[in-house]
Amino acid sequence: MKYKSQAVAKPYFIAAIGLFLAQVIFGIVLGIQYVVGDFLFPEIPFNVARMVHTNTLIVWLLMGFMGAAYYLIPEESERELYAPWLAHLMFWIFLIAAALTVIGYLAVPYARLAEITGNDILPTMGREFLEQPTITKVGIVIVALAFLFNIGMTVLKGRKTVVSLVMLIGLVGLAVFFLFSFYNPTNLVLDKFYWWWVVHLWVEGVWELIMGAMLAFVLIKTTGVDREVVEKWLYIIIAMALITGIIGTGHHYYWIGAPEYWHWWGSIFSALEPLPFFMMTVFAFNMVNQRRRNHPNKAAVLWALGTAVLAFLGAGVWGFLHTLAPVNYYTHGSQITAAHGHLAFYGAYVLINITMISYAMPLLNGREANSMRSQVLEMWAFWLMSISMVFITLFLTAAGILQIFLQRYTETPLPFMVVQDKVALFYWLRVLSGVVFLGGLGAYIASFFVAAHDAKHPQAIEAGKVQPNPAAV
Amino acid sequence: MAQVFTKSMARNIFYGGSVFFILLFLALTLDTSFALPERDQRHQLDLSTEVGQRIAKGKELWEHNNCIGCHTLLGEGAYFAPELGNVYTRFGNNKEAIKAYIQSRPPMGIPGRRSMPQFNFSNEELDAIAEFLKYSSEINTAGWPPNIQG
Repeated sequence: MKYKSQAVAKPYFIAAIGLFLAQVIFGIVLGIQYVVGDFLFPEIPFNVARMVHTNTLIVWLLMGFMGAAYYLIPEESERELYAPWLAHLMFWIFLIAAALTVIGYLAVPYARLAEITGNDILPTMGREFLEQPTITKVGIVIVALAFLFNIGMTVLKGRKTVVSLVMLIGLVGLAVFFLFSFYNPTNLVLDKFYWWWVVHLWVEGVWELIMGAMLAFVLIKTTGVDREVVEKWLYIIIAMALITGIIGTGHHYYWIGAPEYWHWWGSIFSALEPLPFFMMTVFAFNMVNQRRRNHPNKAAVLWALGTAVLAFLGAGVWGFLHTLAPVNYYTHGSQITAAHGHLAFYGAYVLINITMISYAMPLLNGREANSMRSQVLEMWAFWLMSISMVFITLFLTAAGILQIFLQRYTETPLPFMVVQDKVALFYWLRVLSGVVFLGGLGAYIASFFVAAHDAKHPQAIEAGKVQPNPAAV
Repeated sequence: MAQVFTKSMARNIFYGGSVFFILLFLALTLDTSFALPERDQRHQLDLSTEVGQRIAKGKELWEHNNCIGCHTLLGEGAYFAPELGNVYTRFGNNKEAIKAYIQSRPPMGIPGRRSMPQFNFSNEELDAIAEFLKYSSEINTAGWPPNIQG
């Protein structure tokens, strides 16, 4: 940690991991409800658990992005954060707003929550991923503005690098597109059309800029490769992300009432959407192969490489799998969509956040890297979570293919619930994989405690057990 | 390689490409806005008519009870419960059948199985929801879903 104010990132990272744990626990609840339909019914119906699952995901990813920005922007700008107190204040506002929202989901029926929070005044609730009460959405906008002001001023007053510029463009885009969540006309087609301006233009647009900047930052720091080289890669990756991703929005406009020409625009451009992710993989492996130093934080490098590979698999390959209009005609709104969603979010946005946290947390705690014992635990966490997520994806894909065949493709299509019963085996396997995933997350959380313990009791580790840094030899 | 393709070229591709495709996207959006009135059944949404009022109320109820948290509507939402964009046709173009189904959900669920919660809607609210689902089924969705099962 080079600048004192980078420390504001720490509470963001801790809260992010806490919310991640809540997200995964509710994910397992959902997985059980898929096979034991009345599990926790009527106390926590599926829709409520799903809101908690997806909303905690969104909030913790945003927490992670903000923490990442507070960490990397001062270092890139070579100056202290413009207003550290504002970052602290916004952290508490964001965390309390998120907690109250989740408590609201769980404590009262959703219709009552809509009533209490005055959704009639400006109706924005009850749409997938944007279920937050309008007042929470206003809170998110305020936090985002204060955050952008803070890091924007830091960038303006300090050194301007490509990494900080790309991060800033991504974050401004994130805030701007969120404003479309306040547009909710009765016209269902218009509602859906502009809903995607939040959802798609976030995850297949500006979030890729944020992800690219974070990955570039960690790779510069851990490999010591020349900044010029990394920046050129970063520009070309994000160029491809936006060139393919913006018109790629069309793959959501096939069946919601928009004109048929979107079948062409959407198919062609979104077929190219794997490109930036593929380039990210090539970039990450190239940088690590050309490294000029061996950073002692090997776990962070593993997370970074894992991000590149699994983002390409989840967002790229599994996205391509069902993005062409004639294929999507059958796969739209099936378990294939769920399979893609899981691996894409995990590979791209969960892993980039953990990469950043894994790199920055030891430094925030005053050491370049954690003890080897702690790093080994982290690597276990990586493999357990990643492999179980790949299996979740494979099982959902199998369920999806069967579902599509039985419900949409055969001469005698079966009703939805009949088909759900027939594919239940794969839902059981999915929830088992989910439990392994939770174990991986447990290992990850444990690694922080092991690291803290080892840092406090350095005598407990025999000198010989500590791996010497090969680069230093 | 390093000299052939420079950082400033990469930067120009990013800015130029992004601006170009944002403008193209806005142009396509504008064109779509002109095409939608033919496809999205907006004539039904006139709030001076009873049908229009019912649809608006129905969409509000749809949102206030987080129906999208289990169901898909035109293929978007959760995949836990059946597609409802075509439920009106699946139920034989019968709004009463939709109302009866929603009304008959057991409050404590069905042992071991998925069940829709009992929302205790009034008859007027049920009318609104059914009207909203009928309107949804009449949107021109380019022939999706592939069959009546959704």
